[in-house]
Order: sequence, then C-alpha cells, then structure tokens
Amino acid sequence: MTLNFRKKTFKGGVHPAEQKTITENLPFEVMPIPKQIIVPLTQHLGKPAIPLVKKGSEVKAGEIIAERHGFISAPIHSPVSGKVIKIAVDSNVNGFPKDAIVIQTNGINELVTFPSLNPDEVTPEEIRERTKDAGVVGQGGAAFPTYVKLTLPEGKHLDVVILNGCECEPYLTRDYRLMIERTDDVLSGLMLIMKALGVTKGVVGIEDNKPEAVAKLKKAAKKYTSISVETLKTKYPQGAEKMLIKAVTGKEVPPGKLPFDAGVSIQNIRTAISIYDAVVKGEPQISAALTVSGGGINQPKNLIVPIGTPLSEVLDFCGGVKENAVKVIAGGPMMGVAQYDFSAPIMKATSGILVLTEEEVSDHDETPCLRCGMCVDVCPLNLLPTKLARVSQLERFEDAEQLAITVCMECGTCTYTCPANIPLVQWIRLGKQRVLAIQKERNIAVNA
Amino acid sequence: METTTANPTYKLELSTSPHVHSRWSTKQAMWLVVLALLPAVISALLFFGAYQLVILLVSVGFCLVTELVIKRIRNRKIIIEDGSAVITGLLLGLILPPNFSLSSTAIGAVFAIAIGKEVFGGLGYNIFNPALAGRAFLQAAFPVAITTWSKPNFAVDTVTSATPLAAFKYDKVATQLQPMMFGNVAGSIGETSALAILIGGIFLIAVGVVNYRVPLAAVLGMVIFGGLFWLIDPVKYPSPFFQIFAGGFLFGAFFMATDWVTSPITSKGMWIYGICISLIVVMIRLFGGLPEGVMYAILIMNALVPTINRSTRPTIFGGAK
Repeated sequence: MTLNFRKKTFKGGVHPAEQKTITENLPFEVMPIPKQIIVPLTQHLGKPAIPLVKKGSEVKAGEIIAERHGFISAPIHSPVSGKVIKIAVDSNVNGFPKDAIVIQTNGINELVTFPSLNPDEVTPEEIRERTKDAGVVGQGGAAFPTYVKLTLPEGKHLDVVILNGCECEPYLTRDYRLMIERTDDVLSGLMLIMKALGVTKGVVGIEDNKPEAVAKLKKAAKKYTSISVETLKTKYPQGAEKMLIKAVTGKEVPPGKLPFDAGVSIQNIRTAISIYDAVVKGEPQISAALTVSGGGINQPKNLIVPIGTPLSEVLDFCGGVKENAVKVIAGGPMMGVAQYDFSAPIMKATSGILVLTEEEVSDHDETPCLRCGMCVDVCPLNLLPTKLARVSQLERFEDAEQLAITVCMECGTCTYTCPANIPLVQWIRLGKQRVLAIQKERNIAVNA
Repeated sequence: METTTANPTYKLELSTSPHVHSRWSTKQAMWLVVLALLPAVISALLFFGAYQLVILLVSVGFCLVTELVIKRIRNRKIIIEDGSAVITGLLLGLILPPNFSLSSTAIGAVFAIAIGKEVFGGLGYNIFNPALAGRAFLQAAFPVAITTWSKPNFAVDTVTSATPLAAFKYDKVATQLQPMMFGNVAGSIGETSALAILIGGIFLIAVGVVNYRVPLAAVLGMVIFGGLFWLIDPVKYPSPFFQIFAGGFLFGAFFMATDWVTSPITSKGMWIYGICISLIVVMIRLFGGLPEGVMYAILIMNALVPTINRSTRPTIFGGAK
C-alpha cells in the first residue's frame, strides 16, 4: 500500500453543504404504480422515439411502445400494463413540452422481459445490442443513449473505464444507496461495460464522504483483479467527466474533445446497474431511481419510480410538500431544473426531486462585481466567469467566443461562490447559446 | 425570479441553476475586513493615545457622509451598510501620522470617496485604492504635516521621533526589529505594529476574504529585491527583514494591495502584482527622494491591473500549455 496524503482531485471547485444525511441511510422504496402515467418520447439526448402504439392500444409492462429513431436515440418501453389513452404534447421535468404517450394502468403486473444472458458468456456485441434494445440511457444527467458510449469509434483505444461514484451534487444519495444495496451488481455492470469496450481496467471513482460505500465496494472488488476503487477528495464538481478523468488518471481532456480521446470511458453508477439489469435480468429501462429530499418535503426517501409517474404522485407518496417550500427541482441543487408543473413526468435519467425551503435557497441582493477573483479561483475549467458574464451581458459575442465561452460546462460553481451574488453562469449560459448559434450559422455559410 | 401559480396549492420560484449559494456576500466580507483591522486600531490607541480614535472617527465619518451625499446627488441606491466606506475611512485613518489635523483628515476622506471611488462609478468600478488615493492627495496638499511623526508611548530612548525608514535613510540608523514587531516606533497610526497587522491579515486569509497570493508575493518580492541590495552592500542598504517590518509595508501588503476591486483577478496576475509592488517599494525606498514608497508602489500597480489581467489569462483546462 502506498501512502497517499493528498487525495486525488482537480483544481478549483467548491464545497456546498452536503445535505446527504437526510436520506443516506434510507433504503430504496418501490413506489406503487400510479393510475395514469405520461411517458415522454424524448427521455434521452438525440432524436425523439417514434410511437409504435396508438390511442386505444393495450400495452404490457416492458413492451416496446416507441422505437429508436436514428443513431443517437433510444427506444421506450411501457413502464406499466394498461391502455394508451392519448399521445399528446406534455411538459416534462426538463421544462420543455414534448410528445408523450399517456397510459391508463390496469393494475396487472406482468413484465415482458428479454431473455436473460449469462454475464460470463455474453459477447461485446450482445451487450451493446441488449443495451440498445432495452433503451438504456446514461443516468448522470445528460441521458445520452448508452449503447453509443459502448461503441468504440474506429481507431480509438481505451485504457480504462471509470465508474462515476462521486455523486457530487448535494442532497442526492441515489448512487450512494445503489453502491450500498447493489454493490455486486454495480461491479458486474462495470465488467459488462469493460467487456463491451474491450478494456481490461476498471476504476470506481468515489468521493471520500462515502466511507461505507468505499468499504463495501473495496470488499466486493477483491473478486475482480481488473477493478480498483479510487477514493477522491469530496469537492463539487468532482463528478463532472473531465474533473473525474483528471482526478483518476491525471489526464486533461482538451476543450471540444471527449473522454474517448483521452482513452477513458465514463459511466454513471445507475447506468451500470441498468446495463446489468438489461443483460442479466433482461429488463428494459422502465424505472427511475431517485432521491426525494430537501427541507420542504415531509418524508424524504430514496425511491424506485416507474418512468412517466407525475411529480405530484411522487411528492404525495413522500408525505406531501410542506408549506414553507419555495422551489421544486429535478436533479441536484447545482445543476437541476426548477419545476413549474407538478403533472410533469419522471424520466429515465431523473436522479432526484428536491423540495427546498426559503432558507435553503435564500439569496441576498446582487451588487456590482468587486473583482475579488473568487469565480476565477474556483472555475474548474480555468475560465474567467466574471469576464464571460460581462461580455455576455454586453452582447459582445466575439469577445465571448475568444474567451472560450463554449468550453463552459455550466457547473454553476462561479454563481455559487460569487459574494456579489451575480448570476454569472446564467449570463454565461445565455452568451454560450448565442455564440453556438453564431458558430452554427458561420459553418453553414462556409459550407454553402 | 418569477413565481408561478400553475399549481394552485403552491407558489414556486423559478430560476435556472444553481439553486443554492455559498452565502458569501459583499457585506459580510467587508465587515470581516473591518473586524480584521481592529488589532491595528487597538495598537494605534495603545501606542499613540486616544486622539487616534478621533482621527479614525473623523475619517470614517467623512467617508460615510461623502458616499451618502454623492449617492443622493447621483440618485443611486444607497448601500452604505455594505461597509465599504467604513473600510476606506479606517484604512485612510490608519495610514496618517498620529498627530495629523482633523480638518486635513476630513479633506482626505472626502477626496478618497469622491475622487478615489465615486467618480469612477462607485464600489467595484474604481481603478485606484480609494484610501491610498486620499493619502496621495494629502501628501501633495500637506507635505510637511504628513511627514511629521510623534513619539509613541512607551518609547525607549533609542527610538527617536523619526520613523525607522527615515532614520535609516538619512542617518543610517537601523531600528531594532523587536519594537517594530510590536509597534512602539514612530510611524503612521496603524502601520507600526507588525504583530497587529499580521493577526488581522492572517485572519482574513484564513476566512477566505483575502487570497494569500498577493501578500505572500509581496513579502517574497521584498525578500528577493530587498535581499539583493542588502547582499550587494549591507552597510548602505537595509536588510530585507528590516524593510518588511518598517513603514507601511506589511499594512500595505495585507490590507491595501489585497483590495478586491483594485487587484488582479487571475492567480498569475496576483503573483506578478505582489512582486512588482515590492520591487517599486525597494526602488523608492533605496533610490527615491522619499523614505517610504508603499503608497506609490500600490497606486502604480493599481493602474496596471487591467493590463495584468489581460495578459495573464489562465490556460483553459486541457488547453495547450
């Protein structure tokens, strides 16, 4: 054993109040199937799935109801048995109105599954195909179709698969509970990912604020010679891909490049579980695992929820919302999306629902920038947030582009830190969208 | 932030992420600076007597009144409680001689806020440290009064009413380090006690208000440049340690050069800024007409901050080194 006094990490970052004690010791509960569910056709990055059912169709749980459309897309399976009552536009927890299949449940619980595959004998191609067919998407937030990430582009070589056990967002304990409750499945899932990509080295990267999970994983990892567990310093955004790669391998993924380019594949803990469930149990991805927490919810829980379940049902199942709640967020408090409509459905990649009180989100007044440089100090990507926000505000998009605004991953570390309470990342987000649009136009003009 | 009533039962706030904040505020940081200045204020009262409190109160009072009046004239929101004018007042008072006249103090305070800060647009937009701008004005307006030093209380015989820097520059008398450490030497109200300054300065670094880079760079710069001349001729030039503890160097390094608004935002910039301040201080002290050069050194570097920021953009993560 080598003595390691300095925990592995990256430069910059912040330490928001963790708030994980609220739910970290609560085992997952399975939520009952609601009477009606709304299954959005876009639960992944890429093109919407195309419905295979129409109004009046009878569907069984696990049955495919919408098929993949294009390379970057994912099929969707019915989370429940019942009848399609309509296909209509509905808003979802990402805040955008999208087409969705609305299903009236019939109370019958028969699950249509794929044939089970033996994890020791399964081929890389079979793993990819099953992941594709089961509609597995990345559950770290972006919901990128997982089979694409299991397909190594030609000419690339990977050294290591890193399983992202950081869960650096405050409040969320989903991945933590999975690592505790399904330790072996997490590692089996990792082995399947390694097999699909032809990689012989797997690492679980985990922050040092989760000693119990570290201990369990280390114990379970003894079975595998190719898997190791790396304890990393607890710091937001340790779970961001580039930060995790830096901490584990020491490599910096250049702007505009992917983890693949650094010889690394990163997968989320729950994605590994979904791959395991799809391959070994033959289950399509029809449920979300999530943490319901915050000072504004009566009974915080870790939950397994059928996708398509309306927010309101989840909140009711958790004892309802307290009167002092002011904000409901899908995801974590640093990067999650504020909700305005409680009928919005839970999606495949929903990792948490937070109900926060005034005290938890309280802000003070914005003052002019004092040029303290704290945002520059904490930016994990070494950008100049105050400068980027300023040029965005002034609509100086050429300057914004020159200052690499498109590199920003919108982690929110700058806004979190700013003593002047300037909405830095919000301005940057705005400027970044404009710069991306300008770049797109320019490319079209060049290619025309 | 908008409120929605789409859900009849609840009123929800909508905004984009992040939804939580560190709770750092401008106001909090400013009052921590005021707190950090208290040891220097106490040492001032101890070594130079109760009159110093009157100078400080006049300075703070006129800073506050000037800010109020100008905000009113410019028809801007009055945010006096942010404490920034209190800091300017305290800083200005602490770098004046102990027997300075109250009317001159008031003039300096008005200049510091009006010309040093508000004409640029107020807090956050000023180029020069307002307190130093006020002091520079007083230096020009009252050149004799501002260089007339009184004896501290508990002064031992060897300490004359010349400051250690003046004693060295004109008479080649090196003051011992120990009194300079505690503060019973002649000098500006709050600048003489290295101990009091270090307590406050290290406190500010520990709570995260001040970035360690600027003061550390300044001290290192003094060791390097002061040390260089000392090694060349130890009789003609003072030791770098004498230079660190003498005059306004430590006060400048910890409380003036670290002013958020007028110092660089990049880490490389902070190092350059701190080291260059020391270089200029050494040049003025050893070769200039004045025994002390901290004020001009910081003001000159203030002017260079935008240039420093522009030329020290950090390398983007994963970018070419």
